[in-house]
Amino acid sequence: MKTHVSITPPLAAAKPVSPGYLARCRSSISWFGGFGWSGLIGLAILLFWIGAALFGSALLARLPALNSSVQIFGPISSAHWLGTDYLGRDMFIRVIDGASYTVGVAFIATLLASGIGTLLALFAAASGHWIDATLSRALDTVTSIPSKMFALIMVAGFGSSVSMLIATAAIIYIPGAYRIARSMAININALDYVTVARMRGEGTFYIMRREILPNIVGPMLADLGLRFVYIVLLLAGLSFLGLGVQPPAADWGSLVRENIGSLAGASAAVIAPALAIASLTIAVNLVIDNLPGRSLRKRGVK
Amino acid sequence: MGASVIVKDLCISAGAQTLVDKLSFEIHPGEVLALIGESGSGKTTTALALMGYARRGCHISGGSVHIGDVDVLTMTAAQQRALRGHTVAYIAQSAAASFNPSRTIIDQVIEPARIHQTCSPAEAKVKAIQLFRELALPDPDTIGERYPHQVSGGQLQRLMAAMALITDPDLVILDEPTTALDVTTQIEVLRAFRRVVRERRATAVYVSHDLAVVAQMADHILVLRNGQMQERNSTKQILEQPASDYTKSLLAAARPTPRAAGKVSDDSQPLLDLHALAAGYGPRNARGEPAKLILQDINLKLYRGQAIGVIGESGSGKSTLARAIAGLLPPSHGTILFNGRELKPALAQRDKEELRQIQMVFQIADTALNPSHTIADILARPLQFYKGLRGAPLQRRIHALLDLVKLPHSVADRLPGGLSGGQKQRVNLARALAADPDLILCDEVTSALDTVVGAAVLDLMTELRRELNVSYLFISHDLHTVRAVCDEIVVMQHGRKLAQVARADYDRGPHHPYYQLLERSVPELRQGWLDEMDQATTLAS
Repeated sequence: MKTHVSITPPLAAAKPVSPGYLARCRSSISWFGGFGWSGLIGLAILLFWIGAALFGSALLARLPALNSSVQIFGPISSAHWLGTDYLGRDMFIRVIDGASYTVGVAFIATLLASGIGTLLALFAAASGHWIDATLSRALDTVTSIPSKMFALIMVAGFGSSVSMLIATAAIIYIPGAYRIARSMAININALDYVTVARMRGEGTFYIMRREILPNIVGPMLADLGLRFVYIVLLLAGLSFLGLGVQPPAADWGSLVRENIGSLAGASAAVIAPALAIASLTIAVNLVIDNLPGRSLRKRGVK
Repeated sequence: MGASVIVKDLCISAGAQTLVDKLSFEIHPGEVLALIGESGSGKTTTALALMGYARRGCHISGGSVHIGDVDVLTMTAAQQRALRGHTVAYIAQSAAASFNPSRTIIDQVIEPARIHQTCSPAEAKVKAIQLFRELALPDPDTIGERYPHQVSGGQLQRLMAAMALITDPDLVILDEPTTALDVTTQIEVLRAFRRVVRERRATAVYVSHDLAVVAQMADHILVLRNGQMQERNSTKQILEQPASDYTKSLLAAARPTPRAAGKVSDDSQPLLDLHALAAGYGPRNARGEPAKLILQDINLKLYRGQAIGVIGESGSGKSTLARAIAGLLPPSHGTILFNGRELKPALAQRDKEELRQIQMVFQIADTALNPSHTIADILARPLQFYKGLRGAPLQRRIHALLDLVKLPHSVADRLPGGLSGGQKQRVNLARALAADPDLILCDEVTSALDTVVGAAVLDLMTELRRELNVSYLFISHDLHTVRAVCDEIVVMQHGRKLAQVARADYDRGPHHPYYQLLERSVPELRQGWLDEMDQATTLAS
């Protein structure tokens, strides 16, 4: 007891040093707390896939024994966690390898599509009549081209490479992002606080960035989640047609196509990549729907 | 014939917050009780609870509501549905938002009768037309065939009353039914409401923040504040001998006292000089006239330190005038001289200094403040933009501005969503003052505020005028407000200036007939005013 009592004073004395750190810890904990349970689950899955995309291949390369088997479409076993594919390769490794393509390409393409779409929309809304009309009609033209057909032409014209896939997916989904961002930006552009900024003499860029953007960013993030899903599905579709990532490399879409033959046998080889696509898209949407800050804003604190 | 209403210990809460706290009152059959209080006082919440309804997120946590001999709060959901629109009817504030734009009016008016099967559609139609007649609607036989957008706001409000009365309810709840209307329309609607309520001897609950209106309608008044009853008494008693301090402050705010005039400078040169100004919307024709001309031939002189009130009904072009001066709507004709120099018509052509000198304060503080910027950001921007302030001087100036509009420094870090309506309007005013303007265009700045809060904002503006020697162009539909703060009143109708009345002549007539009509239409804070008006019109006709 006595020793215990004698220990406490130094601890108490050490305390005044830590409030800043503690407060930082507490604020980061409360930031995560703002996610809620479903958001945290989504975040965990998303982080797992991002980790897999970044480091997965490097880590798995150190486990040589896993790599091949004589059995094709093998069942789930301790040696092959997700069974084997149509060439007897380990499915777990294939899915982890595929993550870097699917997550990487889809992520970058989504960011490009939503980013460019939002930027153009802000510009159109803030500068008004002629620029708005020109941009809108131009992007309507892009919308009118069927997306698969457009991708086909791009692949035929420029060959299939990762950067080309990113560009194709981004171009296809810019008009959708633009339309949604513009409809919100136009409404906000008509509000009094934007009028006040105009009366102050602010430039178009300031109005875009400071007055309109903060108020559409929430819905645009939700749209980003949706667009991510579309792009993953588009890439999967392209790979399924053989136009996407070329073998032996494979994204999840190609994995589904490669192993489609096992569908009748209910092998894990076709289910695993499909589940991976589903888990990623659901996780992204869970995270975005639960982003902290939106509910806080309504209560009037930052 | 109405039923009696007995409310006992009514409690309504939203989460941990108590909205209505142990409220008890009763209404005798055929009487009209007014619930009065500022926004957030729980008056609408109480009125809705009489139907056993609580808005989303709220729930009725205790007490009882008896209408006649049924206890509303212990009923099942199905029984309550049968009650609403049949035994108890509700007339909402905004009729425009309460009608379905894609169906004819008569269809919607007879809907309660159809749902509750009180009579056949044909009978209901006959009854509806009878009600239209009672409510003094034009063309009672055919008005029902129109769609909601084809009638005026005042007519729509009366049509909603017809919808409520079609089932002969025992209790009618009127929730601010005339707040959104112009004064001249309001008086007609009030007249119609009072007549049907009296003739049918219906029990009614009238929710309002306007004591003068309530004085015409109610037998008893219940004053609410923060969900608690301050006072309940007969209308006469409340108006003449209010017991609670809060009621006294409400009464004081409802009788606006003229504020001291500012010192108008002796310069012979006006600060703002409008000459033959015309403006409008739509594409311009060969002579430069817009398709829809709103303002025509406006001449106006405003001297430094002066406050001019612009008054007119909705659609009279008073807001357009402010927009034309601000450069938001380039005038199609005429000149704007500011400090003797001609201002360019469009915003983009004016230089920074010209923009700084004219600031505008908008009616709805909610949409005039960016919800994602903190108050400090909002106030800092004009200071950075016009004066390049930064660091400590910027912070000092922000604090000085907050002091000026009497807000605590702690609001600086908050977002507009966390402020009350009155506070937001003060921030709005502070932002305009941040630019050190010579002229502030005030577009209905107090219309969206409660009487007490609005009066405080008016006091503040008068004080600022004295201290900073700014000028105001004060646009309002409320003659009382304008008379209280302005040195001169400009009356507008259909985009033209009808008359200009100086402060000294406010009580001296005769004025322009339209000015007199506006003056007469503002309800006075005494009982029997509406009756006198009725007699006056019958005598005249």
